[in-house]
Amino acid sequence: MAAEFKLPDLGENIEKGEVISVLVAVGDQLAEDQPVVELETDKAVIEVPSSVSGTIVAIHVSQGDTINVGQAILEIDGGTAPAVAAPATAAAPEAQPAAVLPDATPPPQPIAAVTTRSQDVTLPELGEGVDSGDVVGIMVSIGDQVEEEQGLLEIEIDKGVVELPAPAAGKVTALHLKEGDRATVGQLIATLEVSVGGSAAVATPAAATSSAPASQATSSHATSAQTAVSAPASTMAAADLPARKLVPAAPSVRRLAREIGVDVGAVKGNGPGGRISEADVKSHSKQLHETRSAGGTGVAAIALPDFSKWGEIDAEPFSNVRRITAQRMVQSWTSIPHVTQFDQADVTDLEVFRKSHGKAVEKAGGKLTPTALILKVVAAALVKFPQFCASIDMAGEQIIYKKYRHIGIAVDTKRGLLVPVLRDVDQKTVTELSIELGEMAEKTRTGRVGIDEMQGGCFTISNLGGIGGTAFTPIINAPEVAILGVARSKTEAVHIDGQFQPRMIMPLSLSYDHRVIDGADGARFLRYICECLENPFYLAFEG
Amino acid sequence: MVDKTQLVVIGGGPGGYVAAFRAADLGLDVTLVDLDENPGGVCLYRGCIPSKALLHVAKLLNETKEAAAWGVDFGEPEIDLDKLRAFKNSVVAKMTGGLGQLSKARKVTYIRGRARFTGPAAVSIELHEGGTQELAFDHAIVATGSRPIMLPAFDIGSDRIMDSTGALELADIPQRMLVVGGGIIGLELGQVYAALGTQVSVVEMTDGLIPPGDRDLVRILQKRLQSQFEQIRLETKVVGVAEEGDRLKVTMVPASGGDEIVEHYDRVLLSIGRRPNSEDLGLENTKVQIDERGFLQADVQRRTAEPTIFAIGDVIGSALAHTASHEGIVASEVISGKRAAFEPNAIPSVVYTDPELAWCGLTEAEAKEQGLKVQIAKFPWGASGRATTLDRNDGVTKLVVDPETERILGVGIAGPGAGELIAEGVLAVEMAALVSDVAMSIHPHPTLSETVMEAAEAYHGLSPHINAPKRK
Repeated sequence: MAAEFKLPDLGENIEKGEVISVLVAVGDQLAEDQPVVELETDKAVIEVPSSVSGTIVAIHVSQGDTINVGQAILEIDGGTAPAVAAPATAAAPEAQPAAVLPDATPPPQPIAAVTTRSQDVTLPELGEGVDSGDVVGIMVSIGDQVEEEQGLLEIEIDKGVVELPAPAAGKVTALHLKEGDRATVGQLIATLEVSVGGSAAVATPAAATSSAPASQATSSHATSAQTAVSAPASTMAAADLPARKLVPAAPSVRRLAREIGVDVGAVKGNGPGGRISEADVKSHSKQLHETRSAGGTGVAAIALPDFSKWGEIDAEPFSNVRRITAQRMVQSWTSIPHVTQFDQADVTDLEVFRKSHGKAVEKAGGKLTPTALILKVVAAALVKFPQFCASIDMAGEQIIYKKYRHIGIAVDTKRGLLVPVLRDVDQKTVTELSIELGEMAEKTRTGRVGIDEMQGGCFTISNLGGIGGTAFTPIINAPEVAILGVARSKTEAVHIDGQFQPRMIMPLSLSYDHRVIDGADGARFLRYICECLENPFYLAFEG
Repeated sequence: MVDKTQLVVIGGGPGGYVAAFRAADLGLDVTLVDLDENPGGVCLYRGCIPSKALLHVAKLLNETKEAAAWGVDFGEPEIDLDKLRAFKNSVVAKMTGGLGQLSKARKVTYIRGRARFTGPAAVSIELHEGGTQELAFDHAIVATGSRPIMLPAFDIGSDRIMDSTGALELADIPQRMLVVGGGIIGLELGQVYAALGTQVSVVEMTDGLIPPGDRDLVRILQKRLQSQFEQIRLETKVVGVAEEGDRLKVTMVPASGGDEIVEHYDRVLLSIGRRPNSEDLGLENTKVQIDERGFLQADVQRRTAEPTIFAIGDVIGSALAHTASHEGIVASEVISGKRAAFEPNAIPSVVYTDPELAWCGLTEAEAKEQGLKVQIAKFPWGASGRATTLDRNDGVTKLVVDPETERILGVGIAGPGAGELIAEGVLAVEMAALVSDVAMSIHPHPTLSETVMEAAEAYHGLSPHINAPKRK
């Protein structure tokens, strides 16, 4: 019995990943827990272990593919179904709800009980002269339950960005395209599992075959199956005709709007008397799309000039990390009222301490870095100032305080900025933190950090001191409410006891969410950090 | 034997055959089922086309009479009714035969018979030549049209009582005829018979002829009809019809009450409306919804509650051949996977009497009813050079305008050729033209089409031929 291994649930909000490498081959004897593919998800490269065992008979993915949770990765023969399978890994053959058959002998024609059938969604005609488009966004994931008319993906054609609606309600069982792909009219886009009502049974053999799963519809029925599918694809909500207002747009413009899924009544016409032109519809569509890609922040992307006019250029598509970073930064920057507080700590004594204890920590397997010490200090500050260890819930109009002190450290990797999180920092010794920090940074740089290891942070520290700079204004890692930026420490002449003394000064910047944190608290919090760094004994007294 | 088709269109009228042809042009394998020998339906066999052939003749007859005043006297016309009927029949044969050819050329399978649904994906067709054929389909379009309403009071088994189909057969030229119902069909046919020499009377229950038309347009027609018809009785009800010798005795009462009116006619034409052909289609074997008046329910894409079945035209209440054709195109495009929808801004209505009445988009009465603020710009044909050359100054062209944007929302025309002139109005409304767009488009002189341009000019008080108050 063949069994499929599908991409299991990878954790919170992770729906897909790009295959970096395939670790097995057809014919391999696959053991349970054996890594199957290496996958780059939003934030990390992970190895996906198998939940099944057996001989691999087919591999459905290859390097470079973007695969979704629930998508089949490979097929094994003589497989053992996983004992405990994540919902997405259910590899059992299609479960047919038992057809209720009458007691009498079965009727000669198949009577369809309420059951499901798979329905292929192909790219419908997008308008005259348009035979293909680029996939610019995938709006659903495998396993999603979609409503009829719900957008499946966004396709950019020269007329604008078109949202392709689901032809029927059902479950997405496969997506055959990924972002950036070029799709042509008639091409297979997705497969849905839709319910088929019992009344659909038709007392003619020919019609009965047409209600067979579309996947079995081979050449002889291909055309009819396709028609049956593509027709509902253009279903639109019924609109009461007399109630409709006379939109000032030519029929051709209204058709364009309809075809690319724009409500022509919502378009602002720039022509005489508010007449809506084709250009108005296109720019409306573009704006909608940009609003959507800007993470729903309502901020339209800036129109780009043709840079190649001024010299040679090179364009590189976003990596997953870059895309996510861009979205989150815009979201944070546009939705959080940031205030950045600056201060500086005299770390001369701390440096003496750090250097003198460095050896001991090294012996324990770690490295005593300024960051390790800052971590400990920040954890203490979070205990003392709980509003910095919080999140704001605007919808519920409440502030959520966290009773744990998990702190993220911004790590510069070749794939971009990643933020692994150290747990319960307040309960760990500096030595323990030094060891853990070193390991975590290494794991992150080599792409081995797990998704879960980058989740659950309460506060973030970004230390750019190793590179340089006098100060910077970090952007809050939402939904956290504050972030500490550390710039390069340097020896400065400080006037102490009537004379200038050389002191090691560490510049610090604290960006905080002014919705939750008031200016005075921001200043106090940062001052407390500085005092702890200046006088580590503080920690002994306070935390 | 069970055949399979991708699309079956039931009804070969201007909705059905256009739908079938478009679907075939889009690559579908199409079967068209109709009771007649060729596609065409009511429109071609017993509606638009034969009535227009006869109205053409009626107009000619009237003009020859009017010509006496211009110094040309043709004398009394001699009417050969058999030849006239043959002309009308030849028009129908030519047109329907042509559609048969076009149907073959597109490889549309034409089946003569009556189709009934046996389920959401199959019909059983009772063939004209006998026997039945089972046909499975992916999609169906119901375009079965409508038929004249017959009232029980008139159903007395007399062949002197006709509906529009009977009237078009032109059995004889009755001496005296009563048209029951002052709508479009009754007035058109009434004018045909009046031109042929019949004394025609009209009886209408409501207070006006052609209820959907704006009153200022209808008045122009009514004035002319008053000189052509024996009598026009408004707000009057027929309460009884009985055969009395060779004639029909008709009893009427005024709607407001009062004494009975008894008149005798040779024929009565019942034209009080049409009802959808939605019975005996096997729709009970599908999820298709039918309202209490018998109309099939369809959405903006003309899909019924049964996803495989669409419905267009009279059977859903659209009531105009050109609307049905457009709906047929929409349905076939949707079935072919296009995101089409029926959402016109202007549907033209034409009354092919003489003078013709035509309107499209928003009428003045509708604007009033919906509480919309509109401005009316009118150009009376008394100021039109072309109308004067025709000795027909009894027309008017008017625009219904949104005063805020000066956009043309509707156009109404009364006068000879209004049916042709309205096409410009449809384009103006569909393109969201402003009055200045029409005013600044040069129209040929001297034509009746200038009246559209001059009405637009009149909006700003700037028509050269009328002295209208200036508008800022």
